[in-house]
Amino acid sequence: MVEKRSVIEKVYIGVIFVLLYVPLGVLAVWSFNNSISRSVWGGFTLHWYADLFRNAEIMSALATTAKLTVSAALIATLLGTLACIGMAAMGKKLQLVLTTTTNIPMLNADIVTGIALMLLFMRFMRLGFSSMLIAHVTLAVPYVILNVMPKLKTTNHAVYEAALDLGATPFYAFIHITLPEIFPGILSGFLMAFTLSLDDFVITYFTKGPGINTISTMIYQQMRRGINPQMYALSTLLFVIILIILLAVNRVSARQDDPRR
Amino acid sequence: MSNLFARREQSRSVERHNSPRHPWLAGPYIFWAAGFIVLPLVLVFYYGLSGPDGTFTLANLAAIAQPIFRNALGQSLLISFGTTAICLVLAYPLAYILSKNRSRSGAFIIILIVLPMWINFLLRILAVQMLIANNGIINMILGHLGLAQMRLINTRAAIFLGTAYDYFPFMVLPIYNAMCKIDHDIIEAAHDLGANALTTFRRIIVPLSLPGVISGIIMVFIPSISEFAIADILGGSRILLFGNVIEQEFNMSNDWHTGSGLSLILMVFIIISMIVMHRVDKDGEGQIIW
Repeated sequence: MVEKRSVIEKVYIGVIFVLLYVPLGVLAVWSFNNSISRSVWGGFTLHWYADLFRNAEIMSALATTAKLTVSAALIATLLGTLACIGMAAMGKKLQLVLTTTTNIPMLNADIVTGIALMLLFMRFMRLGFSSMLIAHVTLAVPYVILNVMPKLKTTNHAVYEAALDLGATPFYAFIHITLPEIFPGILSGFLMAFTLSLDDFVITYFTKGPGINTISTMIYQQMRRGINPQMYALSTLLFVIILIILLAVNRVSARQDDPRR
Repeated sequence: MSNLFARREQSRSVERHNSPRHPWLAGPYIFWAAGFIVLPLVLVFYYGLSGPDGTFTLANLAAIAQPIFRNALGQSLLISFGTTAICLVLAYPLAYILSKNRSRSGAFIIILIVLPMWINFLLRILAVQMLIANNGIINMILGHLGLAQMRLINTRAAIFLGTAYDYFPFMVLPIYNAMCKIDHDIIEAAHDLGANALTTFRRIIVPLSLPGVISGIIMVFIPSISEFAIADILGGSRILLFGNVIEQEFNMSNDWHTGSGLSLILMVFIIISMIVMHRVDKDGEGQIIW
């Protein structure tokens, strides 16, 4: 039974939407404002976008972010997928211990995870790109496991066994039978690791070396310094990129739910 | 014959496995988890429970009694309880409205509500800052209307606004998921037995959506109690939160021992909320849509 929404309900949804999207909308509109002041509309311009690509600091932060995010997501996906296969073959007790440990970074406050890693790095190595990479992988692996594990548990084991009975080596059977079945989980795990790493501020803030910045930590520094309309342009661009990634994920999960599978 | 039997036994023993039986494949991750999840926490405990000379002490935990830390914890608790309350009051009706009518547009609306969650939170805060700054958009509009300007930024209200704006989707989603799971037959049964809409809501919807509410509360409470960047930007460093003092212990005072001690105190609050969550939410309503 589907009831029609009443006027009050529609208004309520509308108000929430306005509250959620007006700040973002204003930000996007102001990225085209031909005035450095926030309180003056100086006409339409694209020059903040042009400046953005000429700003060495922003470009280097963008490059660091891209390198960091892609490598962290790849390493986390590999590590997490292997961990799932290994864990599936483990005894219940060991599996429980490992799952519980895996849950820690997901449940703990980011600031504590960040500080804990910082202590480790300051003590045993130095802060720099590699410390950020390790931190991001640590943050992302649990989410890869979260995505791959359920897929691995629901795959049809009879097919894998049939392949073995027909003379396939376990490796061959894995590549041709198991992998295609768990691949959607691996892919959404990868995309989730990617987004988390892209979005992270707190853990990066504590584990980054001096003079190296990701987009997040750079925005933080810039915001404390004052207004820079290039940031609005950057935000708008990132918003569009995230939107595209989300649409891609949505398509992947829509395919996963497809009954024809 | 016995051979066949043995084979059958063997196949039963591998019955539940659909991938190579190689537990060692988890090896790299076990090392990773030991080195980068467990060891860092051990270090927090070590520094938090030892003095500069390396001897065991509870002084770093007792530091919470100092006015600056105690006040910061108080501010953080105020902010996190307040934010949680604001989010709950706004999100509950929304989740109810959306779950009542689960059409295509409802699913689309929920995606739109979750969408800002995936935008870098600093950008969302930047957007809020733009609106409420002294020379920001709201004051510009007030000026055009000939009204008095408002001082919005660098107040506690600004921090509330920022945290509530940031964490709102985390509250909507679990409540919505819990409400969607409520069996419609139960609601119809209540109607058939003579319950009016209010009674149905009070006796059916509210209790059954409680697990979602609890996960939502946890998902808003934990990040907002450890918040430091929002307070820094929207509060103008005037209001120190617990996250700010922890951050300063490490980055300004270089006092790892007190900083770790305070982190341990923060973890106590997180563990308490996790225990509550585990008790109530056994089905994992808190999972994020992906």
